[in-house]
Amino acid sequence: MKKYLGKKIFIYLITFFFAVTIDWAIPRFMPGDPIQMLLSRFQGMEGGREIIEAQITASFGLDRPLLEQYFNFWGSLFKGDLGTSIYAFPEPVMNIIQQAIIFDILLLVPSILLSWIVGNKLGAFSGVNKKADKYTMPFFYFLTSSPYFWFAVVVVFFFGVQLPWFPINSAYSSMMRPGFNFAFIVDFLHHWFLPFLTLFLVQLGGWAIGMRNMIIYEMGSNYSKYMESLGASEKLIRKYAFRNGVLPQVTGLAIRLGNIVAGALTTQIVFSYPGLGYVLLKGILNQDYFLVQGCFLFIVIFVLLANFLVDIVYMFIDPRVRFSYSGEV
Amino acid sequence: MAKSEFWKKHENLYFAVTNGKVIFGLIIFMSILALAIFGPMFAKYDYEEFAGPGYMPPSKDFWFGTTLMGKDVFTRVVYGLRSTFVVGFVGGTIATFVGLIIGFLAGYYSGKLTDEVLMMITNIFLVIPTLALLIILSAYLPYRGILSQSIIIGLTAWTWTARAVRSQTMSLKNQEFVNLSRISAAPVTKIIAEDIAANMFSYVFMVYIIQFTGTILAAVSLEFLGLGPTQGISLGLVMQNAVNWNAIQLGLWWWAILPGLLLTILIVSLYFINTGLDEVFNPRLREM
Amino acid sequence: MSENVLEIKDLKAYYKILKGDVKALDGVTFNVKRGEILGIAGESGCGKSTLASALILRKKPLQYVSGEAKLLGTDIMKLPEKQFKKMRLKNISIIPQYALDAFSPTKKIRIFISDLVREHGIRPNRKFFKKVEERLDMINLDPSALDRYSIELSGGMKQRMIMIISTILDPDFIIADEITSALDVSSQRFVANMLVKLRDEGITGSAIFITHDLSILYQIAERIMIMYAGHFAEIGPTDEIVSNPRHPYTKALIGSLPQVGIQYKENRLSGIKGTPPHLLNIGEGCRFRFRCPYKTSKCEETPQMERITDNHFVSCWHWKENFSDINTSGGEKDGE
Repeated sequence: MKKYLGKKIFIYLITFFFAVTIDWAIPRFMPGDPIQMLLSRFQGMEGGREIIEAQITASFGLDRPLLEQYFNFWGSLFKGDLGTSIYAFPEPVMNIIQQAIIFDILLLVPSILLSWIVGNKLGAFSGVNKKADKYTMPFFYFLTSSPYFWFAVVVVFFFGVQLPWFPINSAYSSMMRPGFNFAFIVDFLHHWFLPFLTLFLVQLGGWAIGMRNMIIYEMGSNYSKYMESLGASEKLIRKYAFRNGVLPQVTGLAIRLGNIVAGALTTQIVFSYPGLGYVLLKGILNQDYFLVQGCFLFIVIFVLLANFLVDIVYMFIDPRVRFSYSGEV
Repeated sequence: MAKSEFWKKHENLYFAVTNGKVIFGLIIFMSILALAIFGPMFAKYDYEEFAGPGYMPPSKDFWFGTTLMGKDVFTRVVYGLRSTFVVGFVGGTIATFVGLIIGFLAGYYSGKLTDEVLMMITNIFLVIPTLALLIILSAYLPYRGILSQSIIIGLTAWTWTARAVRSQTMSLKNQEFVNLSRISAAPVTKIIAEDIAANMFSYVFMVYIIQFTGTILAAVSLEFLGLGPTQGISLGLVMQNAVNWNAIQLGLWWWAILPGLLLTILIVSLYFINTGLDEVFNPRLREM
Repeated sequence: MSENVLEIKDLKAYYKILKGDVKALDGVTFNVKRGEILGIAGESGCGKSTLASALILRKKPLQYVSGEAKLLGTDIMKLPEKQFKKMRLKNISIIPQYALDAFSPTKKIRIFISDLVREHGIRPNRKFFKKVEERLDMINLDPSALDRYSIELSGGMKQRMIMIISTILDPDFIIADEITSALDVSSQRFVANMLVKLRDEGITGSAIFITHDLSILYQIAERIMIMYAGHFAEIGPTDEIVSNPRHPYTKALIGSLPQVGIQYKENRLSGIKGTPPHLLNIGEGCRFRFRCPYKTSKCEETPQMERITDNHFVSCWHWKENFSDINTSGGEKDGE
């Protein structure tokens, strides 16, 4: 058990290390010297130019040897200093990201959890009902094949424009001020629903297909055969099969997280929902490298943490992990 | 009869071409591919051309309608499809190839250092959110072309393949016929080529389809974010334009929905093919 | 009539596949008496496992074709699934071939047993588990095994646990399908003796013991039935089968057994030349005729089951003949 966790933590640490290094290295080693491009961009800018230049030189440490730049980067990371945003000057990147992350979590966590639960149940149902299966599978295929942002557009079209039940922009109306009051929460939920629906439905397709295949596989296993031979009802066998089929679905969750986050990014853009995705796009469009780098790091951290959480959960639900001595199941 | 002899020998092929799902998916896929290849030849306009009045719904003249500015959506889509397919094929090939090599080496030398190292690398790439990585790579490229896009996507998408190939290799490795070759002192390459590869062909084919799909989706997402090829047209770009110009709010649903619909149908068709092939190669799933 | 727990008459079950019918069980007739252990032997593919599946759980593509299988007087082949389900575990049970793989990895054994017996209307209370623990004790398993997951148990422990689970409701009839095949010799003996003990203590009623290993049957079975390629070959009391086999296949089987005390430098161990025929769409006729040195044109006709004594039956046109030493591969004696 310890070996299992230990191995996972080790990988996450190395991945984090790798991600930070990439984050640091890319602007420096990419052809075309983006930093110079950045500097030259501000030639004509008044007032802010010197500050930006100083900021860039300082944070990129262009006057220092490469290795020192690298360590400085790590240093400022631990201090929580991700630089100053260019497009939202003089707002520090960290602040922008912190605000965005809250919206992300509110969107991602419910959609991931609910789609996983509902998707698994639907998939299991489909797996044992041959008749229903013929109709549900193409539907699930369609959901999971849809690019998130396209599905978002479709959702906007049907529920935001044709049937104007929901707003299609931002996380709350411009008239509202964020706070823990009832009016704001209702307004927020109103805005939140369509992006949530998009993420929920597209993910659901994937989980349903996965569980459906697992159920079929588990129902054909030897323990299923044994139970049936000893007179167990199909209901009981299904229960056992489901319990076993859930395991790879949990692993699948960890693997899919990166993909889900990507989907969330593009969905947010369609809805102008102020999560990391939206912020990231602004950064890209404005060539705000600090913002882009900061977003990248936070996305990676989020995915790593979520992965770790899933690993811990898995450890509790699969007894084989506790008793086998290899790192992998 | 020579014909039935042939089918008996290639039983799997027989099942493949008669499987309903495979046929269905293949028809759709081929149609869209044909659209990509031949469409531009039949398009009446150029994709940047202001072909007519803006804001036109689908009609006889403009099959997918026009954009806000009057460009023909159908032309743009059909040209964009070309880049989609190129990225899919090239990126998918690279991803499959890299995944095959890494997965195979890891599986063949499973348990030894090679395996541990390769799996460590794979796990790192697996955990890192691919799109984020692609974003940061693409954002700093001074020039982005279809080829460079395919390459970087291919180089980040191979993890799933590597894992799958590794476990297949490991299970094949332990089967009798490979051990026989080993006993007979056949060279490693011969073992690889004849015993293992022959059995993995069907598997690899299915893996390729999955990589193809994944590459297309990654590419379209990048394009939508504005990180696609700097020149030319692509499906994601068409959709980004549509969303940026508030196509839905303004009522130009065809501009935003139709390109994505075509793409989704393409991916669904590949899903059908893959599921069908899964039934063919895993008889347990086959209906009697 | 009430002497017999199981009466099989001309039972046929085929695997129906795209290419046709694999006639894996093609007309078998025999009875199992009360309290008896009947051994069923034959090489791989002879239909013994198909027989087991046909009796307890037919799964596509295996389908019942014709014939009778009366368990305690009821023809279980014709019984609707709902009713037969109630008979499983209570009246008829199986210790399967895949015993090592028969547990769900995510359930503790105790939970599994509780769930299973609840399906049959038994309350898994303390009284019940006391009985379970007594059985475990009988088979040398520590009761703590109940609170473990299957991954924590060794292969031998799993095998024994399966034996207990399969017989927990004292079935009238138990099918033991190759339960010793994956074990080492001493475990084999233990398991085989355990089956006898279960019968002796009245926990199980009758049993059929399916195996390809005749030597075990010699020790624990009262009667032995030999099957070949889906057909019945011979059935009789154990010592008669071993000392006076009347079917050429049986003779060859007995002759091919390694005997303790013989130096095989001198006598070649004789096998039986050839392999069993493919059962896909196989036609009429004795299925052993392709390997039988005594075949004649008569053998193109499927042999009928004929009575030698009240207890000894055979299915061969030539059983009356006195076979000479039947080393069909030619047991040459070296150096002579």
